[in-house]
Amino acid sequence: MGRAGQSLGLITARSAGLVACQRCGQVHPLETRICKRCEGRLVSRDTQSLQKVWAWLIAGMIAYIPANIYPMLLTSTLVERSESTIIGGVVELFDHGSYGIALIVFVASVMIPVGKFVAIMYLAISVQRHSGENQHERHVAYEVVEFIGRWSMIDVFVVAILSALVQLDTIATVNPGIAAVSFALSVIFTMLSAQAFDSRLIWDADRTKQQ
Amino acid sequence: MSIHTTPLDDLVACPQCDTLHMAHSLPENSQAHCQRCGIVLMTSQPSAIARVLSLALTAFVMMIAAISFPFLTLDAGGLQNATSVLDAVMAFKDGYAFPLAVAVAFFIIVIPLIRLSALIYALGPLVREAKPRQGARQAFALAEKLRPWSMAEIFIVGVTVALIKVAGLAAVTIGPAFWAFAGVVVITVLKDQLICRYSIWEELDKASA
Repeated sequence: MGRAGQSLGLITARSAGLVACQRCGQVHPLETRICKRCEGRLVSRDTQSLQKVWAWLIAGMIAYIPANIYPMLLTSTLVERSESTIIGGVVELFDHGSYGIALIVFVASVMIPVGKFVAIMYLAISVQRHSGENQHERHVAYEVVEFIGRWSMIDVFVVAILSALVQLDTIATVNPGIAAVSFALSVIFTMLSAQAFDSRLIWDADRTKQQ
Repeated sequence: MSIHTTPLDDLVACPQCDTLHMAHSLPENSQAHCQRCGIVLMTSQPSAIARVLSLALTAFVMMIAAISFPFLTLDAGGLQNATSVLDAVMAFKDGYAFPLAVAVAFFIIVIPLIRLSALIYALGPLVREAKPRQGARQAFALAEKLRPWSMAEIFIVGVTVALIKVAGLAAVTIGPAFWAFAGVVVITVLKDQLICRYSIWEELDKASA
């Protein structure tokens, strides 16, 4: 018996007149407010979930704009001063022949954030439309967004380490640019957006369609 | 057995899709998945709690080493600059970026340490089969809530990228703190994979009874 948690015919706690704790799995009668096991707050469905998702998402998308326009890194050496943006940094790595690293930075700083904006919008819109299709795919999309979102922080940490390490007086210094702040904010906002999404809503739409 | 005759304590709801399941004890080294969305509901591994606790203790000690020892040293044209993990945090201390210095400090040092201390506090008495400490439940809930905000592993990947960026410019020496930090990352991943929330809540229930 690899699979325990015997099926009860795919009834949700909500349809059985119960409310479940998302922290510890304990099930209570619907009107219960505080989980008796872990003392967490119980909500059958977070009705404000989508509002919070949109608010954080829009904030994250706005913060992503200056993150791409302004420089991430300010480098000064004996001969020159230069500023590089996110994309500029990727191109520079690519020119140096570090294709693998260029790819990591590109995926973490461009593909993941943009992919996340699109995925969260898709999830929110499909829940608003009570779509009963592709619930499994949407649930996987939600899990991927939750898991992968934090990895965008790589570029912020690269800037932190470079600015701390490369401080050689007149020969070469590296300092963080304003884009590092807006980029970090963008990542934090989209993480909050993904956390505000109540994944149970994906499956509720499915049930209403079946009835 | 129908849902209405089952005692509520024998039911488990999937935290992600709300589907109800009957809980029953799992054989060792197996996992239970949600019947609808497929996420892992619980895992059963021999002496998981003792292993989680010992990994958390190890990671805690290594984290202290990672903060105290030199992390990276840069040599170029006769000039040298040694950097610790704290220096990396302080890179953002000037002007408008200051809040980012605080955030980075939390992501790579403070939150990992809070998570480890909370786990050690909550699980310590369970291994000795003693009653849980006061606030053990809140401590464990906090450790789980902070999981996405603990970014030590992302920091290490960032350091690797930074090393390749400066490799052409100057010679970089890797200090003991780098290896300690890498160790923390590996141990934390192992530890988080062993944690089965449901079983730990159940153990906390049993120990309080």
